[in-house]
Amino acid sequence: MSSFLNSSIGKKFLMSLSGLFLLSFLLVHLILNSFILFDNTGELFNQAAHFMAANPIIKVVEPVLAIGFILHILYAIILTLHNLTTRPVGYNKQKQAHASSWSSRNMFVLGLVVLTFLVIHVANFFWKIKFTGHELLEHGMVGEVENTYLLVTTFFIDWWWIVAVYVIGSVALGLHLYHSIWAAFQTLGLSNQLWRRRLNRFGLLVSILIAGGFAVIPLWVKISSLL
Amino acid sequence: MDLTLKVWRQDNAKAKGRFENYQIKNISPDSSFLEMIDELNEQLIQEDKEPVAFDHDCREGICGMCSLFINGRAHGPDEEITTCQLHMRKFKDGDTIVIEPWRANGFPVIKDLMVDRQAFDKILQSGGFISANTGNAPDANAIPIGKDKAEESMDAAACIGCGACVATCKNSSAMLFVSSKVSQLALLPQGKHEAVRRAKAMVDKMDELGFGHCTNTGACEVECPKGISLDHISRLNREFLLANLKP
Ligand code: HEM
Ligand code: SF4
Ligand code: FES
Repeated sequence: MSSFLNSSIGKKFLMSLSGLFLLSFLLVHLILNSFILFDNTGELFNQAAHFMAANPIIKVVEPVLAIGFILHILYAIILTLHNLTTRPVGYNKQKQAHASSWSSRNMFVLGLVVLTFLVIHVANFFWKIKFTGHELLEHGMVGEVENTYLLVTTFFIDWWWIVAVYVIGSVALGLHLYHSIWAAFQTLGLSNQLWRRRLNRFGLLVSILIAGGFAVIPLWVKISSLL
Repeated sequence: MDLTLKVWRQDNAKAKGRFENYQIKNISPDSSFLEMIDELNEQLIQEDKEPVAFDHDCREGICGMCSLFINGRAHGPDEEITTCQLHMRKFKDGDTIVIEPWRANGFPVIKDLMVDRQAFDKILQSGGFISANTGNAPDANAIPIGKDKAEESMDAAACIGCGACVATCKNSSAMLFVSSKVSQLALLPQGKHEAVRRAKAMVDKMDELGFGHCTNTGACEVECPKGISLDHISRLNREFLLANLKP
């Protein structure tokens, strides 16, 4: 097993599985967040957030998710560091744009942007909800259900730069996913001529959905507060 | 055509290299790129200078010996072509052409534009034998093989081991080469027996020789003179994963 994980394909295998796992989490996350758009009293979103926080399944999934992130990032660093050593003398002139997409060449940079965003995002909301608490959360609490909606929307309404950070984070995530959905299947050995076309189209769709979805929520909250 | 050539010169594997600029005149647009370098070398010899060392052999696009990174692309500015098949009409009068050797950890420079591609031979050797009976050639169609499989195997076998995939890849990954060698056998009944062992051995060798990890950019497929498909990399991944998951 250790020789498998030391091999180039073994490491990629872990990146691919962890990446797909993170992607499945993102989809669930986006569906819940979209409740912010559908009910501006916030009740729907608060109920959903409460359901997730109280759910025993989620309690199990949370550490698994953390492990998924750690594995993905750890192997991203190992792979990228190794790849920095494989061309000791670089080219004087190299044309790349015609042969590969910008995303595919900048996965690590895009990953770092996503990671920076994630740290800000976790500090903004998750940390407060889970650990420190916040006065806005207790505002108008209905029984056990905290006012997560108020915390989230207040943040976006009060600070333009937070909205900007969320939009940039979403776009980086979208570009990361645009390359990686087909790539993840390719790495698992599950692609061929036909499926490559399908997976690329599917990847484009999913990355637009996810990037667009996560970007639209803060923008909508901010803009609708101005109307 | 009159051209300026900016050529990588390096005395030997240990020496530090440098670019030299050369002017060359009256090149026919119909000559091949290698013929143009032949003319440059004639000129250098007449000037009592050391000619530029570069690899070439068949000059008909089948041996994979010619290399060269020309104006930022492996085998220069044409599609699915080796350098010996590249013609000067792809350039304009007055152009400056940058000519560099393949750059990769696994392909050290021997001299000027020549690189050592023995790493590919070592990977092939690590793949080992196939258990086919020796003796007379078997009767045609004695082993039934579906047309799709036969074609795909032939497509993979078109790889000429030139190394453009490694030279192009931002990670210097040899996955396209290795995958074509694994595929051409894995697709046929004759190569099936050792398919699992072969995939493992060749990938291990590839890693050991300092090639990079594939990040699926797909640049190798675009620059491969034989149009070897990324599908073969997917098959290699599959073979390798199955090889490791089987006890
Ligand atoms: C929610 C966040 C993320 C998701 C959903 C995600 C998803 C994926 C997926 C599906 C792949 C494809 C794997 C493959 O090519 O086989 C991938 C590749 C990659 N990810 Fe992420 N990723 C995320 C965050 C990150 C972060 C934070 C980093 C690094 C700091 C990162 C770095 C990379 C790198 C470098 C690759 C390319 C690996 C390769 O092709 O070998 N990702 N990601
Ligand atoms: S896969 Fe293509 S580019 Fe790579 S060695 Fe074979 S023929 Fe050359
Ligand atoms: S010299 Fe043989 S392929 Fe170019």
